[in-house]
Amino acid sequence: MSEFIVPLWLTLKLSFWTTLILLIIGIPLSYYLAYTKHRINALLEALISLPLVLPPTVLGFYLLLLFNKKGFLGYLWYKLFGKQLVFHFEGIVLASVIYSMPMMIHPLTAGFRSVPKNLIEASWTLGKSKLETLLRVILPNMKASILTGLVLSFAHTVGEFGVVLMVGGSIEGETKVVSIAIYDAVEKIDYSTAHMYAFILLSFSLFALLSLYILNRRWSIS
Amino acid sequence: MIRLEVKKRLHGTSGDFVLEVKLEVKEGDFLVVFGPSGSGKTTLLRMIAGLEKPDEGYIEVKGKVWFDSQKGINLPPQKRDVGFVFQDYALFPNMSVFENIAFGMKRKDKDKIMELLRMAGMEHLAHRNPTSLSGGQKQRVALLRALAREPSILLLDEPLSALDYQMAQVLREEIKNFHKNYGITTIMVSHNKEDAFKLANQVVYLLEGKVLAKGTPKEVLFSRKSSPKFSLSAILLEKTYTDVVCVLTLAIGSELVQVVVDKDTADDLSVGDTVLVSAKAFVPIVRKIHSPHLKT
Repeated sequence: MSEFIVPLWLTLKLSFWTTLILLIIGIPLSYYLAYTKHRINALLEALISLPLVLPPTVLGFYLLLLFNKKGFLGYLWYKLFGKQLVFHFEGIVLASVIYSMPMMIHPLTAGFRSVPKNLIEASWTLGKSKLETLLRVILPNMKASILTGLVLSFAHTVGEFGVVLMVGGSIEGETKVVSIAIYDAVEKIDYSTAHMYAFILLSFSLFALLSLYILNRRWSIS
Repeated sequence: MIRLEVKKRLHGTSGDFVLEVKLEVKEGDFLVVFGPSGSGKTTLLRMIAGLEKPDEGYIEVKGKVWFDSQKGINLPPQKRDVGFVFQDYALFPNMSVFENIAFGMKRKDKDKIMELLRMAGMEHLAHRNPTSLSGGQKQRVALLRALAREPSILLLDEPLSALDYQMAQVLREEIKNFHKNYGITTIMVSHNKEDAFKLANQVVYLLEGKVLAKGTPKEVLFSRKSSPKFSLSAILLEKTYTDVVCVLTLAIGSELVQVVVDKDTADDLSVGDTVLVSAKAFVPIVRKIHSPHLKT
């Protein structure tokens, strides 16, 4: 693979895994937040929303402490897989999951709350379990929210910089994603490379958001 | 056979009250729970379906205990084998009419679904999305969906109240026919006397959580004096000839009135006609309840 493509590929891979993991943990977590009234929910929601207001460096710094070989998670990971979390791809995936979590949880929670209660109750009275109701009634009726969560999580991860730099450094082929490659290129006064990466990111983000708004509009009309 | 005795504290708009109902419904009965809104009717229905939990009591259907606060039994709605029809239909917008009906069936049976749709005259709409249907059609689909799973009891929560008068009339007849054909024990909640009069063989009058009257529709609905009204348009529901006169049962708005006319007048009318009722009452009781004119 040519040197130019590597960061692009890495960015795509990072965003794909981050989004997938977020979807898998986002559905049960948002389901819980949307349908239960527990005192702990406020704390949970605040924790999930933290990355929205914290500087990425603050989050990155704490994650670095947590992920390194002496940190709790880093130690556990090292024992399990014999590999460090920091400065590795797995580490930035984990960091991105935490960083982009509000982008998935907020639309999904709103989506769960938007599904009329009586559709859910109708499904129960028709003999369907909670899981079957989730899969066949609730999720299909909140498609727009799921799409929003997916697109925002993916795009937000593509646009990530601070957290990845703190946790992953800038290791070629392992943690050097496009946003960091741009920074590197500018530092080396290699403006043509920076231009190309920047333009690709700009077009991608615009395209992603545009399709999201178009699709959401179409779904809300029908 | 349904036996239930439940108690639940409710928070009404005019303060808290205790819903306290003891009922027995025989196999194949059509019970209408009738009363003003906020009297606990819907809560009662939801407790039977398992969507709400009584504070205490028991619910037993066909010899099976669905709820018993003393023994700690509380079957979830999935295990209660009911057909529930919601006031606002609750059809799944992500499924076609056909799929909606198939969704709750214990054994998927394509022929049966088409048969049900044919009976309701909706065969041609099988693959339409429910959002494109009229209110009456939606409620029909909701009814078919509940019937298709052949439940032990059918629970109807104000199924006609969101429909216009004409549509409600038509659907009321259909509910009656379905009940006749399938004989499923049915409990319907309504604030409309016409529902109680036309559909029920048993009526329970519920007010502020308490059963005020129980019995046949006539016993319950005409136990209190009908208010005198005149020059009102009405729908003729029933004609009963006696020796010299005829008793007309009329629906005036949501009120039911029985009036006596001579046979010649009655002969010209048939059930379903819209008629104008004028009572030539001298000195009717007139009482001011509100005056818009301010005294200066």
